[in-house]
Amino acid sequence: MPDVVVIGAGIVGAACAYYAARAGLDVAVVDRGPVAGGTTGAGEGNILVSDKEPGPELGLALLSNRLWRELAASGDGEGARRAPGGARPGGLRGPARAGGGFEFEAKGGLVVAETAQAMEALAGLAARQGAGSASGGAVESTVVAPDRLRDYEPHLAGGLAGGVFYPQDAQVQPALAAARLIRGGAERFGRSALTLRTGVTVTGFTRDGGRVTGVRTDRGDIPAGAVVNAAGTWGGEVAALAGTHVPVLPRRGFILVTEPLEKPLIRHKVYTAAYVTAVASDSAGLETSAVVEGTPAGPVLIGASRERAGFDRTVPPAVLGRLAAQAVALFPALARRRVIRAYCGFRPYCPDHLPVIGEDPRAPGLYHACGHEGAGIGLAPATGHLLAQALTGLRTDLDLTPFRPDRFEGERR
Amino acid sequence: MTPEYDLAVIGGGPAGVAGALTASLAGLAVVLVDAAPRLGGQYFRRLPAGFRAARPGALHHAPGGLDRFTRQCEGLAARADVLTGHRVWTAGREEADGTVTVRCLEGDREERPRTVTARRLLIATGAYDLPLPFPGWDLPGVLTAGGAQALLKGDLVVAGRRVVVAGTGPFLLPVAAGLAAAGAHVLGVHEAAGRFGLARHPLLAAGKAGEALGYGLRLARHRVPYRGRQAVIEAHGEHGLTHVTIADLDHDWRPLATRTVACDTLATGYGFVPRIDLAVQLGCALRGDHGGQGGHGSPVVAVDAGMRTSVPGVYAAGETTGVGGAVLAEAEGRLAGRSAAADLGRRVPPDPALSRRRDRLAAFARALRESYPVRPGWQEWLRDETPVCRCEEVPLAAVREARALGASDARSVKLLSRAGMGWCQGRMCGYAVSCLAGEADGPGGSPPAPRRTIAQPVRLGDLAGLAPDSPAGGSAPPASPSPEGPPR
Repeated sequence: MPDVVVIGAGIVGAACAYYAARAGLDVAVVDRGPVAGGTTGAGEGNILVSDKEPGPELGLALLSNRLWRELAASGDGEGARRAPGGARPGGLRGPARAGGGFEFEAKGGLVVAETAQAMEALAGLAARQGAGSASGGAVESTVVAPDRLRDYEPHLAGGLAGGVFYPQDAQVQPALAAARLIRGGAERFGRSALTLRTGVTVTGFTRDGGRVTGVRTDRGDIPAGAVVNAAGTWGGEVAALAGTHVPVLPRRGFILVTEPLEKPLIRHKVYTAAYVTAVASDSAGLETSAVVEGTPAGPVLIGASRERAGFDRTVPPAVLGRLAAQAVALFPALARRRVIRAYCGFRPYCPDHLPVIGEDPRAPGLYHACGHEGAGIGLAPATGHLLAQALTGLRTDLDLTPFRPDRFEGERR
Repeated sequence: MTPEYDLAVIGGGPAGVAGALTASLAGLAVVLVDAAPRLGGQYFRRLPAGFRAARPGALHHAPGGLDRFTRQCEGLAARADVLTGHRVWTAGREEADGTVTVRCLEGDREERPRTVTARRLLIATGAYDLPLPFPGWDLPGVLTAGGAQALLKGDLVVAGRRVVVAGTGPFLLPVAAGLAAAGAHVLGVHEAAGRFGLARHPLLAAGKAGEALGYGLRLARHRVPYRGRQAVIEAHGEHGLTHVTIADLDHDWRPLATRTVACDTLATGYGFVPRIDLAVQLGCALRGDHGGQGGHGSPVVAVDAGMRTSVPGVYAAGETTGVGGAVLAEAEGRLAGRSAAADLGRRVPPDPALSRRRDRLAAFARALRESYPVRPGWQEWLRDETPVCRCEEVPLAAVREARALGASDARSVKLLSRAGMGWCQGRMCGYAVSCLAGEADGPGGSPPAPRRTIAQPVRLGDLAGLAPDSPAGGSAPPASPSPEGPPR
């Protein structure tokens, strides 16, 4: 019997499993699909500190940023051995196994402002972020004058009002990160300490009185000391199976992917100041703001759109058009590059834009780790680390109160 | 907004041309859009206009069919707008009034965006080759069967080549016969399916003795051996193909005894994958087109007897509803054209004979597909280093590693190994990756269709023209030249 069953093999489930196994617990991860089959596999892999106002989420982001660097450096994600065929494991061009086996790149982020007014707001945000946080870290940043922007990004359009460079911003390939954290954890902490079962659908919970004592699945019951709901955008459905309420809703986003570029055109993660406002917005309507970055494999990724459209996968051409127009406005040289694919994902969104992390007092034994919206990749290690502390009865490094699962009770209809 | 046309037809092969012609004869304002410079699709691919062949029909498997098709094209050109050289990258439908918007790119060097709107849409986008990977399949000189056929019909440069034809399905026969007739030295046709031999070929069983006999005689005239339960399992050569390994196969296609044959060209094909990206974009219901016992089929568009898809106002005909060849495609195109006209209030007298003909041909096509399932033993032809995805150079070992990491479908294999993530977006390797991912092991035997939001690569500058607030208002001018020189 495992100590913990983690529902969901996305990045948050993988991180929860990794840190719980590191804490000495036996962990079984179950997912109804494959590893990284949900929102993790549809993301850009952002690890951002730059887009967050000071507050509990920024604290989580700073802790996570440090943990991502540890994970990439320790080689825990390196788990799988080199492919037997040899020279080109994974078929990846470029630094295939650099960055922990999941393409971790501490590339830094450059936020640019289109107007003097936006620049003023951006510089103000950077100053507030730099003041430090509860976790002891602080956001590092450098204000960049308009005529110095091309020192950072030579192909950037002219006429911008300036920017702020954030050296801590980083990127991973999110699906590889999730898969390699699970594999790396299993190899480091013991194959029996961390197991992954894909194609297993959770259908309910076993209870002893009010206490959750395991999961019911289409492949039989799995009793466990504790259950972690890391089902991302589907976390609300899982919570409902336990008779409890976590208001996670989908917030759809599209990403455009270009043909691979032979020479990197874009060095950092580059986005406009409008992104910060769009991330924090409560609007149900469509919002787009440019986020542009290169990848080690060659293609450029272009985001980001946000809209609440349920789980609808039909593609509105206007959304793709706006993403393209904004990217071309930032990098005119992209105009002639071809987009070869586009995909959509569903961010797990909570009404107050904060994730749900911790034990559910309404269903003891059930822990939640979901609702990270568009920041799940960036926030996953801290979430896993803190949850493992909670599972083992330790005092958590950060106060989990702002993330408590029952904070929406008052709004419940 | 009033749509420009009553019916837009995508695809200029037998199904699309017949559908467009039928609908325009019934009084609809029709536009037909096709990517190729001339109508014809894969089946009636024709010589470039400047190329004067004395008897162009001689290269086609059913020469009379080409004359008929040419007449249909002429009739269509007089009645409808025909946009050749237009690549469709997306199609959408307004929920409110059903207006369909088809977005295309025209031209090669300087692409121009073009948008077509219509009240109804017929998807007749055909199918593409289904190759299976094996060691050496990426060597120059190794072609798909369809590629060899295109070479034959388009360029005619095959004389003197030493060619091996291998794969499965009835399509190998016309390919081999055409190559032999054009002067190639066809060393053999290696059919991986059971030992039919020509005498027990399913074409004969289905009463198509004439067609089978025709190919048989042509192959016999050129002394081309036809072997059952054999396959090319490896291609060899330094810079180009020099020889191939041919294996006898067991029932499941595992290799038994092998021998090598010197050759400079290999044409290989294991069937066809229907091109249904636009139907998936529009949300049309699909059905599994299983490849027979133990086979692994491709998803196809589900249609009713009038070729209507599950999305109102959207029709599908030809290979998109199940691979069945040009004659069936034409019948389906005509049915779809009639339905579109009738659904728009035109008087269309019933034609039960056409429906019966379609049903009979479709049943035959299905029986034929079920006679040639791809069997799982081909996976044993691969080695760890064999490239599975050629665009991203992903070897088998990486696909296996992805599975070991927890990937259990083609999409997750792609995310972890990059197989299918490159330029062709898995059109070449998708079937193989789906099998290697274990999707075929599930019930139904037909994997989910990949979602391709963008059916053709499109420049960001052109895409930007779709933004509602774009100054170009939906038709961007050609993007300005990039300082880095032309794109790759």
